[in-house]
Amino acid sequence: MAEEFVHLAVAGTEGQDLEINMGPQHPSTHGVMRFVVKLKGEVVESVQPHCGYIHRGIEKMCESLSYPQIIHLTDRMDYLSAHINNEAVCLAVEKALNIEVSDRIKYIRTIIAELNRIASHLLWWSSMCMDMGAVTPYFYAFRDREKILDIFEETTGGRLLYSYNCPGGLMNDIHPNFQKRVKEFIPYFRKSFKEYDELVTGNVIFQNRTMGIGLLTREQAIAYGVTGPAGRGSGFACDVRKRAPYSAYDKVQFNEILYNEGDSFARYKVRMDEMLESLKIIEQLIDNIPEGSYVEKMKAVIKLPEGEYFQQVETARGELVVHIISDGNKTPYRVKFRSPCLSTLSVMDLISRNQKIADLIAIGGSLDLVIPDIDR
Amino acid sequence: MTNQQLEEVVKRLGVEAVISEAQFLTVEVPFDKLFDLARNLKENEQTQMDYLILITGVDYVSSFGCTYLLTSTTHNHYMVLKTRNIDKANPRVDSVTSLWQTAEYHEREIYDLMGITFNNHPDMRRMFLDESWVGHPLRKDYVDESNIIERKY
Amino acid sequence: MQGVLYDFTGLIQSIDAVFRASMSDLWATVLEYAIIGIIYLVIYALIGLFLVYAERKVCAFIQVRLGPNRVGPKGFFQTIADFIKLLLKENIKIKNADGVLFNLAPFIVIVASFLTFGTVPFAKGLQGIDLNIGVFFIMAVSSMGVVGILLGGWSSNSKYSLIGAMRSGAQIVSYELSVGLSLVTMVILTGTMQLSQIIELQSDGWFIFKGHIPALISLIIMMIASTAEINRGPFDLAEAESELTAGYHTEYSGIKFAFFYLSEYMNMFVVSALVATVFFGGWMPLHIGSWQAFNHIMDFIPPIIWFILKSFALMYVIMLFKWTFPRLRIDQLLKLEWQYLLPISLFNVLLMAFVVYMKWYF
Repeated sequence: MAEEFVHLAVAGTEGQDLEINMGPQHPSTHGVMRFVVKLKGEVVESVQPHCGYIHRGIEKMCESLSYPQIIHLTDRMDYLSAHINNEAVCLAVEKALNIEVSDRIKYIRTIIAELNRIASHLLWWSSMCMDMGAVTPYFYAFRDREKILDIFEETTGGRLLYSYNCPGGLMNDIHPNFQKRVKEFIPYFRKSFKEYDELVTGNVIFQNRTMGIGLLTREQAIAYGVTGPAGRGSGFACDVRKRAPYSAYDKVQFNEILYNEGDSFARYKVRMDEMLESLKIIEQLIDNIPEGSYVEKMKAVIKLPEGEYFQQVETARGELVVHIISDGNKTPYRVKFRSPCLSTLSVMDLISRNQKIADLIAIGGSLDLVIPDIDR
Repeated sequence: MTNQQLEEVVKRLGVEAVISEAQFLTVEVPFDKLFDLARNLKENEQTQMDYLILITGVDYVSSFGCTYLLTSTTHNHYMVLKTRNIDKANPRVDSVTSLWQTAEYHEREIYDLMGITFNNHPDMRRMFLDESWVGHPLRKDYVDESNIIERKY
Repeated sequence: MQGVLYDFTGLIQSIDAVFRASMSDLWATVLEYAIIGIIYLVIYALIGLFLVYAERKVCAFIQVRLGPNRVGPKGFFQTIADFIKLLLKENIKIKNADGVLFNLAPFIVIVASFLTFGTVPFAKGLQGIDLNIGVFFIMAVSSMGVVGILLGGWSSNSKYSLIGAMRSGAQIVSYELSVGLSLVTMVILTGTMQLSQIIELQSDGWFIFKGHIPALISLIIMMIASTAEINRGPFDLAEAESELTAGYHTEYSGIKFAFFYLSEYMNMFVVSALVATVFFGGWMPLHIGSWQAFNHIMDFIPPIIWFILKSFALMYVIMLFKWTFPRLRIDQLLKLEWQYLLPISLFNVLLMAFVVYMKWYF
């Protein structure tokens, strides 16, 4: 006959916490990530991230690849800001070789980086809203993201991973339609941005779900190295575009968005406002792209002089630092990528304690983790 | 603070250090003096290195090394802290997690991939690889016959 | 205006007479029960399938998509294809699940929803069971569904299911109060619980107009609370696909999952039908005061169309809720009920009693 039914979920857990596995396959981890969550009823006691499900050993692979080849690997880290990752390696190589690229290259890089940032933030917006149970924003954001991807496809040939940079410049020139289409996109996006605000930002349920949830102070943000919009939501002025300007960021006027609340809503607002700032940057540059060559003359085989080189860039998720140690060969001796998401992940446990399960998901959404960036 | 001033501060702290200037001011110290210098740099009013950007573990074939990129959010100056003569047989360095919490995950990553153990680390486990994994992939002498294919040019 | 489409009483009675003339009373009753049961099952499934299709189209419309458009004209047969797929899917047996309860749970849920469906008055004379305590019956039977959900979540032996089921239990038990109280408010006004009588009383004006302010308050509370009671967004915490994967029915597959799915949609239909019956006159046409010509045209539309239009309009509102709002958190959900809806409903009962006592209704 039937064996005696033992409820595994609660068997022997009297007075203990309920431990659940969120992931590796879970709708809200945005990738293959596993959180071991200890629960007391609905309340989260602790969150223990387990990473490495998609660790590809990019740093090890880089040691056997030449510098132009490395660029194609960096796409695969934070795939949502692929262009900015490319840029980081290119800037590091250019800095090591003492090459000053022309303004045209800088302008195009900056415009595409900002478009990429908008596309990335749109995807974050859609998935954060979906985490909170609103499915409609997902389609709104993807509709508009598609427009950016079309622009990218025309110019770079890629829709997600562009590999548009190469040491010393760009892979090819911009498409003749590029400026026209970007200029069409800006007013279009301003209009649909209003829609986003009406649909989500002002929603009472949304505000109640995010305000005062997942509090991260400025000191904690600095200590844990939380950068990007998540850090700026806590009042940590960590924007590399302002702190150590690269490419054309020293030539444009834009504000660093800072909110001091440090909750999920502040992080949300930072990203929303940042999209508009990105538009401002694009507007200032798009009409003034100077004429010239799209790539500087480089040697056929790039060998970096011996030494250590750092390059910081601001990806859509925070501060990415490329650390190249060269021994003078055509392949680097050691490459380290300081990925913003790894540091952001480390506050997950801190800020989601004593919150509800639903808040844990909302906090995860507001931190905007990209798992391949953590695992590399 | 300029690099010269930073250099003076480090010298005043009385640590035996090799100071050179590359992209950022680079201070190379023996691994057992590292923690003290790091704490001083963080707590010193003039330096206030409160933000640890990255830790890189390096295999120098003869020894291991760690590179710390530090910056101050108030003064906005950078400094690279280096240590390179970590014993290969028993690689151990003092953890800086008590100074910068972000180091916890970075050190775990280095422990996992490079095999350097950090003293006083709150949670010294592997980060990405399975506990049963043998070896540390980022070491130069790491051999994995099934997964690493030697490239022939 | 006395065609078959306008009053089904005569038709039903003549069918009944034919049966009773050709066989014994007992056999006639049994046969009638069987036929009515089969007809209701078919209608239940058809409305369910259509609702799934309608929801997909409405959701696609809101989300600037096209929705299903390949199977049949405008994708009309998509849900039928899906239903066949669900029928053919393997019923996965969970190793550590409690077999009996696990298999029983979807049936409890669907039986509860089917029983409430039986009382829905589609048109005059077209009603499965016309109990003199119809409203009470719906309240009683619909809360049986939570037993099925709790059992399903518990017996799956999965943590996600368990959390989903517990949430659902807390949620339905709380919101049952507001649904009940807002219906009680209306019963004070109607003076009867029999659904057919409630509709008859509205021949000179719908209760939403007759009962004015208290009726409006209770309509709003009823819409919010019943959306919560049938576990639909923004109150779909029991499923909460982004948090609990699929909540209480995570471990179900095939036809058992289809039962949960179908009953969710049919509960939505029953709730809308109930609101349409109690507040919007059921199958009664819209009449405006002394506009004779207008009233005459309205009378011309068959009652069954009126009824279906009203319930679908209400369902559209419920769908709009789901596709617009983010989900609430469990404590906010309970706070909304116990701190706002329940006190307001209690006050509203008193207000309605006062209005009725003073004869301030129309």
